[in-house]
Amino acid sequence: MSPLATEPAHVATPGGVLLVLAVMLPVVAVLLMLALGPRWTRRIALATLAIGLLVTIAILAELLRTGEALTYVVGGWQPPLGIALRADGTSVAMLAMTALVIAATGCFGYAQQQLDPATSHGRAPTSFWILLMAVWSALNAIFVGEDLFNLYVALELLTFAAVPLVCLDGRAETMAAALRYLMFALLGSLLYLLGTALIYGSFGTLDISLLSQASAEGPVFPVALALMIAGLLAKAALFPLHLWLPPAHAGAPASASAVLSALVIKAPFFLILRLVLDVAPPQSAAFAGQFLAVLGAASILFCSVMALRQARLKLMIAYSTVAQIGYLFIVFPLASGSETLPPWGTIAWTGGALQLISHALAKAAMFLAAGAIAEAYGHDRISDLGGFGRALPISAAAFGLAGLSLMGIPPSGGFVAKCLLLTAAVIGGHPWLAATILAGGLLAGSYVFRVVDRALATPAIPLAPRKPIPRRLELAALVLAVAAVLLGLVPLQPFAFLQIGRPDSLTAVAP
Amino acid sequence: MSLLLDLALVAWLLALALYVTSARGDRDAIVAFIAFGLLLGLGWTRIAALDVALTEAAIGGGVTGMLLLRAEAHLRKRKPGGPSKGVVGKAVTAVACVMVTVGLMLVVLAFPSPAPTLAPAAAAALPATGLGNPVTAVLLAYRALDTLLEKVVLILALIGVWSLAPDGLWGGAPRLRPALVPEPLAYLAQMLPPFGVLIAVYMCWVGADAPGGTFQAGTVLAAMWLLVMLAGLSPEPETRGKALRLTLIAGPALFVAIGFLGFAMAGGFLSYPESIAKPLIVGIEAALTLSIAATLGLLVAGPAQMASGR
Repeated sequence: MSPLATEPAHVATPGGVLLVLAVMLPVVAVLLMLALGPRWTRRIALATLAIGLLVTIAILAELLRTGEALTYVVGGWQPPLGIALRADGTSVAMLAMTALVIAATGCFGYAQQQLDPATSHGRAPTSFWILLMAVWSALNAIFVGEDLFNLYVALELLTFAAVPLVCLDGRAETMAAALRYLMFALLGSLLYLLGTALIYGSFGTLDISLLSQASAEGPVFPVALALMIAGLLAKAALFPLHLWLPPAHAGAPASASAVLSALVIKAPFFLILRLVLDVAPPQSAAFAGQFLAVLGAASILFCSVMALRQARLKLMIAYSTVAQIGYLFIVFPLASGSETLPPWGTIAWTGGALQLISHALAKAAMFLAAGAIAEAYGHDRISDLGGFGRALPISAAAFGLAGLSLMGIPPSGGFVAKCLLLTAAVIGGHPWLAATILAGGLLAGSYVFRVVDRALATPAIPLAPRKPIPRRLELAALVLAVAAVLLGLVPLQPFAFLQIGRPDSLTAVAP
Repeated sequence: MSLLLDLALVAWLLALALYVTSARGDRDAIVAFIAFGLLLGLGWTRIAALDVALTEAAIGGGVTGMLLLRAEAHLRKRKPGGPSKGVVGKAVTAVACVMVTVGLMLVVLAFPSPAPTLAPAAAAALPATGLGNPVTAVLLAYRALDTLLEKVVLILALIGVWSLAPDGLWGGAPRLRPALVPEPLAYLAQMLPPFGVLIAVYMCWVGADAPGGTFQAGTVLAAMWLLVMLAGLSPEPETRGKALRLTLIAGPALFVAIGFLGFAMAGGFLSYPESIAKPLIVGIEAALTLSIAATLGLLVAGPAQMASGR
């Protein structure tokens, strides 16, 4: 078979250039920051945040205008020889979520550094901005990648940007947490790369859309996919591979935790989603879906209980992340679709995407609020925070609103997401998944209420912050939490935006 | 005869691998690991993958080995004999590794024959790039985006290592030089670099048409630089230095710039106009070689350990 003789798998669209910008703009920022040194770093970062937001808005507008996916063929080299970038409705939703969270985190980081001007050109702030830009580039590359090896490179970029973020404060215990994270992430990368090599060896292509048309016989495809998914699970921190996450996410500086918990672990999940739905043959997909759902359910129950038992606020939020990630994995059997209805036409697909986005917004809001609290009191022991709501009303409000989304209480994006998933579980005959969703909501309510209760408490001696906290430091968290609430306005039905650029029915995908 | 050689090579590799995992001392294991990397490079030449062989010997044997040796030396200073894994842990690891290996063997044997490959397509498209080595065409033309992002990964690894420096020393210089430089080392550091630089330049230049290329050449350059610094003939550079930082980003920056110029010259990101494709690619390769050499050298040197002079 000559790959050149076949129809081109990807046709570049006029808006495709924007995808190149989304990936390369932060890279240019990283290079500029290195060249110009610490004094320029923050200015370059803020400019990049502004331009990157505009690029994301342009991508969104182009997608809505054309109603088709944006595609770019890099260097004009058609896959399988070259690499294509492609953004359909779901990918663009991810890009928009990423831009919003990164921008809010950037604003928080900026405000926090202004509290301490003496060190604002020092090691931690400078490294933070460089790594933040690299994380952004890597996430965008993962959300628009169409080539399994290109995605591997993007995953590596993400790992090497995320791991140093964990130990930015330089304490020995965060160093240990970062090393453990690195071990898990590298093991995951290795397994992913192994699977990619096997796929190339048996199909001669790594392009996702070409692979989805390939006929899969023999043991190679399932084994390769199993290796890749196992590797990605280690990076996504699904139970029981979550051990690295709580110390890493809790030990990082607040702005880094927000990005790590809200965005970085979503990238491997997104790739698992693409492997299972776009690449795997239907039988393997069904089996993988069942397996992932069991792990997801275990994640929800076990880590919600763990979150309830934590004494420190940031550890609690970190365990809650693993629990909320579990919801994403129970989507697989619920969104398996049918002969007439493709997976992306189901309510579970919309529910899963909403859960992913609303968790990103809510979790980033929580970590930023926790960052303001830690900045004010110098610690984050929940039991010693009685009455913090009086001194930091905005942070308390942000935490509470974000909590609504995690619990799944209306009005919030989390409510719509969990409601859709629950409906899908009941209709699809998965009573134990429905029960897990309900139990997870109750447990989330308990651990969120513990903190809200402290915020509203009136201790005998009012809790005084050790230093005044400016409003603009607290605002970023509130904006994200309000955005998570506003997501609740999405109607309770399959969301057409998420289906843009996806094939109309399963028959187009199945061999 | 060649079968006998191959069998001996395989036996040697297996024996070394077993020794690496079972050696008592960390340093013994690392030295065996370096030998393993070199032999593995020989193995790659046996299946005609010369580019991979060169990289394996340079990175797998050379740079990784040096990093491990330095890490081991640091650990040795801190605490004598750290906790070693229990028998159960070792057994579980061994069983898992054997399972993965056997599984891989079965899967690889199940590959379709002849295996589907893009090699003919990669060779057929060569004229458009003006290159003679399809591996270089894959790295710098067909999949230039991968290579570009991979170079950014390398720089990020360095940023990560630098961020481990204590706040007060950040921006200062790493320390490589031992308190007392052995006489033979100083002699070697004076004799070897001219040859090393020549080899690196040759490898970079020949990479366009024959096996060789930026990573291998960059590694050789880095090794020469490290040798000179280790012998104390040249001071370790301050990590905040302007010239150093410009060298670090020169390759990726030129790559990105030519990539964006592709919009004006050839109608797209990272496309080269056919008439000047080869000079552009060789230019990118030369700049990348310098940047890779600087990055690898500084990665081995580690975070700053001496306060900045200014």
